[in-house]
Amino acid sequence: MSPTSYLLLSALLFSTGAVGVLVRRNAVVVFMCIELMLNAVNLSLVTFSRINGSLDGQIMAFFVMVVAAAEVVVGLAIILSIFKTRRSASVDDANLLKY
Amino acid sequence: MLAVQQISGAGQVLAQRAQLPAIDYGALAPLLVILGAACVAVVVEAFVPRPARWGAQVAVTVLGLAAAGAALGVHLSSGAGGVVTLAGTVAVDGPALFLWGTLLALGLGSALLIADRTVEPGGAFVADAAVRVGTAQDRAQNRAQRAQPGGTTPGGTRAAAAGGHEEMQTEVFPLFLFSLAGMMAFTAANDLLTMFVALEVLSLPLYLMCGLARRRRLLSQEAAVKYFLLGAFASAFFLYGVALLYGYAGSVALADISQASAGTDRSDTLLFGGLAMLVIGLMFKASVGPFHTWTPDVYQGAPTPVTAFMAACTKVAAFGAILRVLHVGFESTSWTWRGVLWGIAIASMVIGAILGLTQTDVKRMIAYSSVAHAGFILVGAMAMTPDGLSGTLFYLLAYGFTTLAAFGVVTLVRDAEGESTHLSQWAGLAKRSPLTAAVFGFLLFALAGIPLTSGFTAKFAVFSAALADGMAPLVVIALVASAVAAFFYLRVVVLMYFSEPAADGPTVSVPGGFTTAAITLGVVVTLLLGVLPSFALDWAALGGFTS
Repeated sequence: MSPTSYLLLSALLFSTGAVGVLVRRNAVVVFMCIELMLNAVNLSLVTFSRINGSLDGQIMAFFVMVVAAAEVVVGLAIILSIFKTRRSASVDDANLLKY
Repeated sequence: MLAVQQISGAGQVLAQRAQLPAIDYGALAPLLVILGAACVAVVVEAFVPRPARWGAQVAVTVLGLAAAGAALGVHLSSGAGGVVTLAGTVAVDGPALFLWGTLLALGLGSALLIADRTVEPGGAFVADAAVRVGTAQDRAQNRAQRAQPGGTTPGGTRAAAAGGHEEMQTEVFPLFLFSLAGMMAFTAANDLLTMFVALEVLSLPLYLMCGLARRRRLLSQEAAVKYFLLGAFASAFFLYGVALLYGYAGSVALADISQASAGTDRSDTLLFGGLAMLVIGLMFKASVGPFHTWTPDVYQGAPTPVTAFMAACTKVAAFGAILRVLHVGFESTSWTWRGVLWGIAIASMVIGAILGLTQTDVKRMIAYSSVAHAGFILVGAMAMTPDGLSGTLFYLLAYGFTTLAAFGVVTLVRDAEGESTHLSQWAGLAKRSPLTAAVFGFLLFALAGIPLTSGFTAKFAVFSAALADGMAPLVVIALVASAVAAFFYLRVVVLMYFSEPAADGPTVSVPGGFTTAAITLGVVVTLLLGVLPSFALDWAALGGFTS
């Protein structure tokens, strides 16, 4: 299988994640879609690393994983705090701020 | 970084040796001092008893900022030019030093606003963010302080909920310092991976700080969720752009990307696809144009000192990064992407000016004003000349101080429910407090770009540079947009001076030393940059990018 297929898979995963962010209503699912996008990027990085014949891309994937883990901590804390108040994690219910 | 030496005779790695990169500690000192202060603040949070924490945190924050400023001064006076250090990942050059100075000064102002406990008894931040909104415990946090405004219990412990009010959560100080360090790294990042890590270091604490307001906690939490989800979405785009550019150039260093894009037959799809994704992520942070949708909501919902910090410092940091990416990485391809950025700049100016007209909330109005200003700054950032660079840097400095002071004034106009941000409540403010109205009026004039304020000098510098670089149509649109935007600033001035105050209107709190100092700093700099801009303009023009 040529490396290009992995790039296509990565683009597909990224688009799936982006569409998911736009159409899903549950904040946790939206957040999972964002994580999917980050992991799609990881796949791209590793594939490009293979194509370019350098290790940089693989090292960058580790950086992305660490950052994604930090993001999970912050994100879940924020989503949890609003869930405790509203008893709902739907992003449609968060509608006090508008116009 | 590891320097891996691969000898491919048998397809095996035969020799590996790791070289430590040279580190120029003198140049990096301001950044390292802020990061160190942030770590000290975390330790303070863990070990200092609760009653003493606020004082300790304020001391650590202010001393850290002062030490970083001193380190910056020492490095500047040593006369070293642009330095690229840490194995080429960080470039401490003219624009980076200018923006570091700007960020430290604006950071000091924001820290003073954050630390203030006089305007809102106990501070603008919630005592215990983990308490669920609307529960008896949460009401106790607020009821006590409404009953006796200004009454400070010395302990400020949890038990104080019964009688006094609880002190604010002091975690904001380490969060603030980490965020500031991220911003400084963001403006100096010389490769895209460093830029991404800096982006997250600056963003993650900000998401949390947005959700910590003492009053109107639901709005605050909602702002945090919105900012977090949209921010993470945008940083995923940024990251995909990084991956595509890595695929294009085989490296994420901006200089290598620039080299690779100058006259090769590689796939332009990767280059421009990557650039587009990268720019989406950066524009989101700078709240430019069609990527601004989070701005009004988050600015309104976040605690006002945090809004001031975001509006001033995030804008500076994001545009610092945009300037570096465009000037260092993509100068050779500027004719290809310029058209798209024209569109974005026009969209930003028009959206900011038109939607700003319809706002009825002061914080939202300043948020739309920041969208319009982002458009103006982008006009300067597109001019790939030394004048364009220095004009944009100057604009960032001027805008940062004006908007910082404006949000500082917003914290002062209050009623029993907290800040009164609805415009109708500001009617006749000049009769209640002539000084506040005069200061706010002056800041609005600066935002509108009236002469003798920094806003005029900054707009003049940016627009003349854009004109010289052949962007006349864009400058005309920008001037029309500033005229439209001037209308909604003047509307507030008219409201403050020529309306009768409502009987049950808000009162203007007399601020303590911290808020007074922050507002004074902003106003004085706004005036000075309007009257004597040459000093700052000269510094901004001191050096270009090194890579």
